[in-house]
Amino acid sequence: MSGFVRHRKSGRVIAEFSGFEAELLRSLAGQLVELLRNEAAEPRDDRDPFEAMMDFSGPESAPEDPVLQRLFPTAYRDDEHAAAEFRRFTEGSLRDGKARAACCIIDTLEEAGLPPELTEDGLHFDVELDEPTAETWLRSFTDLRLALATRLGIEEGDEDYWATLPDDDPEAQAHDIYEWVGYLQETLVQALTD
Amino acid sequence: MGLVSAASPVEAEPDLTPDEITFLAKPWVTIVWNDPVNLMSYVTFVFQKYFGYDKAKAEKLMLEVHNDGRSVVSTGSREEMERDVQAMHEYGLWATMEKAS
Repeated sequence: MSGFVRHRKSGRVIAEFSGFEAELLRSLAGQLVELLRNEAAEPRDDRDPFEAMMDFSGPESAPEDPVLQRLFPTAYRDDEHAAAEFRRFTEGSLRDGKARAACCIIDTLEEAGLPPELTEDGLHFDVELDEPTAETWLRSFTDLRLALATRLGIEEGDEDYWATLPDDDPEAQAHDIYEWVGYLQETLVQALTD
Repeated sequence: MGLVSAASPVEAEPDLTPDEITFLAKPWVTIVWNDPVNLMSYVTFVFQKYFGYDKAKAEKLMLEVHNDGRSVVSTGSREEMERDVQAMHEYGLWATMEKAS
């Protein structure tokens, strides 16, 4: 895998994926979609049931999952009320947008040649993205990296720690995947800004 | 995209100059905070793409985030800043808003 490059004539960005790599990316994107849709807006039980049923707005308090806390940060640091209002009006559409972006990765990979179940060894195919799709991928790469980094506990300047882990350590393997998505994202930014 | 808290219209007093009105109407800022995950190239890309900043300005703000831990990336009305903060969250950047000091 050599990352994304921009095709000079069409202006599209292209990367070659092995079946294994594409499957890995599809699985990460699928897990993110599941997380975004699972711990949804928590119901408030202190209200009239009819009123509650008619209220389609989002949650007011921060999500419990640390990944979701990072994906939907508190907008006002010193004003709880304003922060709750902001969350109520934005978190729903932010969740939908992030889930759609992750689904876009899955759809594009499948259109490019990733079968529903990967059985073939040595499968390779090109993934071609037009500019809007590439920007959607770019945003979703960020969400995936934030999710992986939160689970791993990534901190500023901790590269040495990760380098000391043995190769067969599950954390080291997850960290390799985090680095790989970072590499994909870096080449995609470069391809889009060249 | 629906937004957010009830508008707080700035009632311009008739004897204010246009500059003073702009000043009074823009007491909010959007702040982007450093995180150990986002790539420097990506943060620069977002500042260029969303705010329309040129590369030099986008890189300067990105480096402020990186080196100082935070940077004020836009200034405007409360409604405008809520829009900007939401957009930064769409891009996965850690952004907050507050009254300009």
